[in-house]
Amino acid sequence: MSLLKPGHRGCAGCCDALAGKFMLDALGEDVIVVSPTGCLEVFTTPYPESAWGVPWVHSLFENAAAVASGVEAALKALGKKNNTKVVAIGGDGATLDIGLQAISGAFERGHDITYICVDNEAYMNTGIQRSGATPLYASTTTSPAGKVSIGNPQHKKNMPAIMAAHGSPYVATASIAYAPDMMKKVKKASQVKGPTYVHVHAPCCTGWKFEGSKTIEVGRLAVETAMWPMYEMENGEITGVRKIKNRKPVEEYLKVQGRFKHLFTMEGRTEDIKKIQAIADWNAKHFGLE
Amino acid sequence: MRKNMVVVEGSYAVAHAVKVCRPNVISAYPITPQTHIVEDLAQFAADGDINCEYMNVESEFSAISALIGASTAGARTYSSTTSQGLALMHEALFNASGMRLPIVMTVVNRALSAPINIWNDQQDSISQRDTGWIQLYAEDVQESADMTPQIYKLAEDEDVLLPAMACMDGFILSHVYEPVILLEQSLTDEFLPAYNPEFVLDTKNPMSFGAFADPSTYTEFRYKQEKAMGVALKKIEEIANEFRDIYGRYYGGLIDGYVLDDAQIVIVAMGSIIGTIKDTIDELRKEGESVGLLKVRSFRPFPTDAIRKALKNARVVITLDKNISIGKNEGALCTEVKACLHNTDNRVPVIGFMLGHGGRDIPIHMIKKIINKAKLVEKGIFVESEFADLREDLA
Repeated sequence: MSLLKPGHRGCAGCCDALAGKFMLDALGEDVIVVSPTGCLEVFTTPYPESAWGVPWVHSLFENAAAVASGVEAALKALGKKNNTKVVAIGGDGATLDIGLQAISGAFERGHDITYICVDNEAYMNTGIQRSGATPLYASTTTSPAGKVSIGNPQHKKNMPAIMAAHGSPYVATASIAYAPDMMKKVKKASQVKGPTYVHVHAPCCTGWKFEGSKTIEVGRLAVETAMWPMYEMENGEITGVRKIKNRKPVEEYLKVQGRFKHLFTMEGRTEDIKKIQAIADWNAKHFGLE
Repeated sequence: MRKNMVVVEGSYAVAHAVKVCRPNVISAYPITPQTHIVEDLAQFAADGDINCEYMNVESEFSAISALIGASTAGARTYSSTTSQGLALMHEALFNASGMRLPIVMTVVNRALSAPINIWNDQQDSISQRDTGWIQLYAEDVQESADMTPQIYKLAEDEDVLLPAMACMDGFILSHVYEPVILLEQSLTDEFLPAYNPEFVLDTKNPMSFGAFADPSTYTEFRYKQEKAMGVALKKIEEIANEFRDIYGRYYGGLIDGYVLDDAQIVIVAMGSIIGTIKDTIDELRKEGESVGLLKVRSFRPFPTDAIRKALKNARVVITLDKNISIGKNEGALCTEVKACLHNTDNRVPVIGFMLGHGGRDIPIHMIKKIINKAKLVEKGIFVESEFADLREDLA
């Protein structure tokens, strides 16, 4: 049985549940997990139950990296560190927005921790509000499309680049839609000494508005359109890229999601879709995906 | 000066006391006037005099958060902070208490911004009153140092398990040089056992910490914190007595009295102002005035019964507060002392005076002025509470 036990309260088709399961499948029992506040935390630990088969701690929304660094320091001080890896797993709001400072501090201090961002591109636990990870033109409850709005006006923050700039020895992007690749990267991140980072793209059926049976399909379209480039960076240099054969136009990714519906139903949105296509084109060129 | 005394800065005496308590993890972030404590601890670590993980974190919020992680993993933990730093920790303070983590912090009391001010008052820790932390207040440097192992022993007691603040007045105690006895390692090892918590993050015995509690379970977490504070009320006295037996020094348990039993006018206060009040009382007693002092050492848990007993003979009670609840025109001691007397037969008038905010000096003549003013209360309560040291040209 998985170390993330069944019976939790995740939605059918939940990306967070898959991410947690794949993470523990990759890491095994010799791990201590730290979660910030978020969907994964809430649906796995309704007191007095817990889905976690490994030691697990949740403190607050913005401090998972600081908590993880304290756990690691304690293990060292108590002579219990051995090969135990301390892993924080948090959502995009906890990572790119409110928890960014604590992550920066923990990585600068060089703790032997792995931080995994499960990026479903908005604050899903509180009801689909935009975050720094929300992509251009996605409609969320705080960046809705409307008569004078085409959805989220900002570009997605480039978090992996920020982590690489901290001198992290290993930074990777992955997707829950490619489980073996994600598990390989999580395992590698845990084996590299020092603060390592894995950014996992995770389509949320509830927030992105697609059928719960399509989570993997939507995740694959993000990769196949180059909206989500998958790569590894070691000591700041790109050392591995997942190539795309026959890159698909971004419409194929956008049109299956309710959060981009307005781009197809409102008038004059063709130019906006071109701007999103330009992001994919830049990804393909910059990372050499083709 | 006694033979085994040395003249050191207050911060050094506290840092040394922390060292002999053998913490496993220390987190540090600079803020005046607590900085000297973490600087001294950094030097101990740099010299190999202390065997711990010393973490230079990027904010007070991460200072407390790192200790939450470390304590959950079974470490004895320490940090110190003040003022804005303590305010920044606010959210995590509730969290540490709710998770029942016996983290110990020295709070070097300082005023809060705006206007920005680095000097002493007690607004910072008083503002954290309801976070579920034990709060003890020290009178002088020796008590600040001696409070450290006492508060570890209290926080880590298996029937308490609450985080705790040892509060000392900024600059007045943290930066003063005075003769103290540095805590002996051998006595401290005898007094304070190693910390061996029953529940920790352990890959051999996985448990979950910090779960989500819905309305069907949440209330009992609060109830148990309150019960633990009730246990702490008894333990504070016991631990103070045990400390006296081993080290030979005593400062009171929950409270302490100074010519209190026969006093008609009783001043209630906490922190370094106690020394000034004692000097004032010495002068007034020589003039035949019936004035005494009730020192509150434990503000949380609040010693309701002890204060009721201590004030049973008083004709007038004066509270002195280096803090204010803005909009209530009272400091916290005033409100709480009045509240604790309310459901009793003791109808003694309680008059509050707020003073010493932002480091304004509190001279003996100020205490005398307050006492003279409070005497008027026997003709009727003229004021509930007021600022004692306003500058008329600015007010």
